[in-house]
Amino acid sequence: MLVTENERLEHDIGVWIERFGKDRSGLIPVLQEIQRKYHRISEHAMQVVADRLGIHPVEVFSVVSFYSFLDHRPKGKFVIRLCRTISCDMAGKSRVAAQLRSDLGIQFGQTTPDGKFSLEWANCLGMCDQGPALLVNDQVYTRVTPAAVHEIIEACRRTFGVYALEAKHEEGHA
Amino acid sequence: MADILNNDTSRAPVSQTGHVIPVPEDEGMIGAKVSLTIDGQEVKVPMGTTILEAAKKAGIRIPTLCHHPDLCTAGLCRICVVEVEGMRTLQASCAYPVHQPMKIHTHTRKVRQARRHILDLLLARHYGECYACARNNNCELQSLAKEYGVDMFRFGHPDQPMVEKDTSSHSVFRDMNKCVLCRRCVRTCIDLQEVGCLEVAGRGDQTKVVTFLDKPLADVVCINCGQCINRCPTGALRANDPTDEVWAAIDDPTKHVVIQTAPAPRAAIGECFGLPPGRALTFEMNTALRLAGFDRVFDTNFTADLTIIEEGTELLLRLKKALVDKDGPVFLPQFTSCSPGWVKFLEHFYPEYIPHLSSAKSPQQMFGAVIKTYYARLHGIDPKDIVTVALMPCSAKKFECNRPEMVDSGYKDVDYGLTTRELAKMLQEAGIDLPAMPRSDFDDPFGTATGSGVIFGATGGVMEAALRSVIELVVGIKVENLFDHCDIIPLRGMEGIRYMELTIPKVGEVPDLLKPLFPSWDFLNGVTVKVAVAHGTANARKVLEDLKAGGKMSECHFIEFMACPGGCLGGGGQPIPTSPEIRKARAKAIYDEDSAYPIRKSHENPAVLRLYQEFFTEGPCGHLSHKLLHTHYTPRGKYIP
Repeated sequence: MLVTENERLEHDIGVWIERFGKDRSGLIPVLQEIQRKYHRISEHAMQVVADRLGIHPVEVFSVVSFYSFLDHRPKGKFVIRLCRTISCDMAGKSRVAAQLRSDLGIQFGQTTPDGKFSLEWANCLGMCDQGPALLVNDQVYTRVTPAAVHEIIEACRRTFGVYALEAKHEEGHA
Repeated sequence: MADILNNDTSRAPVSQTGHVIPVPEDEGMIGAKVSLTIDGQEVKVPMGTTILEAAKKAGIRIPTLCHHPDLCTAGLCRICVVEVEGMRTLQASCAYPVHQPMKIHTHTRKVRQARRHILDLLLARHYGECYACARNNNCELQSLAKEYGVDMFRFGHPDQPMVEKDTSSHSVFRDMNKCVLCRRCVRTCIDLQEVGCLEVAGRGDQTKVVTFLDKPLADVVCINCGQCINRCPTGALRANDPTDEVWAAIDDPTKHVVIQTAPAPRAAIGECFGLPPGRALTFEMNTALRLAGFDRVFDTNFTADLTIIEEGTELLLRLKKALVDKDGPVFLPQFTSCSPGWVKFLEHFYPEYIPHLSSAKSPQQMFGAVIKTYYARLHGIDPKDIVTVALMPCSAKKFECNRPEMVDSGYKDVDYGLTTRELAKMLQEAGIDLPAMPRSDFDDPFGTATGSGVIFGATGGVMEAALRSVIELVVGIKVENLFDHCDIIPLRGMEGIRYMELTIPKVGEVPDLLKPLFPSWDFLNGVTVKVAVAHGTANARKVLEDLKAGGKMSECHFIEFMACPGGCLGGGGQPIPTSPEIRKARAKAIYDEDSAYPIRKSHENPAVLRLYQEFFTEGPCGHLSHKLLHTHYTPRGKYIP
């Protein structure tokens, strides 16, 4: 059966609302699930969530705009957030930043054209003693060096596209 | 489910209501009252009263900005800070419930300095020349700046706009350069009206008041009620002002400019000329309008009376269909359709209930159609040379007259909608001192209307007017026999939802006007007519939810809805400020005017009867009346594409 993107989204929202409760307090967990699966909270998603929870769409938009881990614009599959606060800065954040920029070919605040990577600044990740620190989605990396940046990005790339196929292929042979 | 009539306070979520200690019922209880010393003055207040209210009681004024008597506590602008002895920091008096004896100082050096800093900070992000602002001289930020002697901008002052104005809506213009983020509009839109068009987005210095995805106001679910305008402390929100176009029409000698004035602006326009709320200037305004250059001054109440006949007939037809014919679905209760904000609210949120809405146009639109057809023919004026202006207490009326379907006369039925504030500005521009004007009557052929038309301006008025006529036309007895002095008191007041039942004791002769539609009234004999009144769309929502759940409201036959709290007299085009007291005073002015009229029932209006004899000869709800006086609605839904 053919299922449109919006129908799939509506179905998912229904499931999450069932799980997290059908009132205002279920809003944030539902939004986090949407963000995790769809890498964005679309206009339509906000309105469906508002309708199901009995609140106004603009209230959902207000919440989405407040939290930097929620976004209504499309974000990459991997969101890399580099800590920019003072101890990471002193531990060599700028070199890591330069490496990230040149490896991904984008500036901070941008998403790669293939929609796989987004690059963002983060404020303190609480890893001040192990700087520079960065986050890839939920995973924390510490004492990151420019060389490590390359490895981190490659590790991400191995999970999709032709690399993933190759990996599967090798598994099959082994 | 709780009784719908107990008028619980707002549905606002707990997170948005301030921290409040409930005021004890028995104030004589030990510990129920606390004594405070405010600026050396002793005052005893019930526990849980805020410092601000306590100070008000003691006659001490504390400045406020984000606080509003109609809205929940926000406590975010910090202008109202005071010093409480024994506390390290200053406290926001609007959000501090008193729970123990304390000593408070409202204007120490520390307090004054803090307030001045807050103002300087607000002004650092406030762009706009006061001279060119609609709220010049009526701006809370401006008067605070004056009070606290802002002489220089300590933290800078923008010299050019930071964002573009949003002028997409027919009714409400937003200039976010002037916004001070007090969130009064947000609280109005979400809590008071439950429309939910405006909210705060972003965080920190990126915070701003936005619509859904920051879209233009015309593209989102806004009902144009303008309540946000009435509560904005600055000029960030204002109504779309067509005064230039109106002046141009007046100055054009080929144009015949006609103005119709609604009842609510007359009861409030004096406030723009320094009078206290509650003095109606109906007849002074007639003189002033002619002096300003309008060719004819008509009374919207004329078509309010016409509305009663049309809408009342429609109701009787629906009842007949339900009780006698029993063919096909009957949509009862019937909803009133006079309030364009309410109509748009229904179109957006409850489109499935559109068949319940009376198809009768609002008085404003009826008048526009009658002027450009009947009046034009009577006086031999080409309707294309007639410019109809409507003086309304309402910003949604501006949207209504621009609805694409409102061209039944062959021309735009109503060309411009003016609000009370805009007319006051026009009169001031013309150098007219309104309160000092001699009194004069409305122009023929419509003349002065009835008291029933006047009370359209207050919540419950349409229902009262309708009942007055229904009683006389159906029962055949004088209303005075049932209700003292024609005043149907249960329908008056400011409770959010009101309900009334009336059993028809006997039926009389069918009057000639309705003979073609009803052979006899027998089907109404002994029927208990159930009616309800709701004002403010938050209450409208409650009624509709009750209706959906099959509650008390689903048994009603006729429900009056008004989008604005208090009805038209609290409309989005009325003078600023507004508060429950001001609205009460305006309501009193309207009911006083009603009782002073010689004719107080719509069906006795001689001009209306003549209109049916000469023009709408098929009678109410006839073919021509359906063409000119009735309309249809658009299901809009709440999803924004």
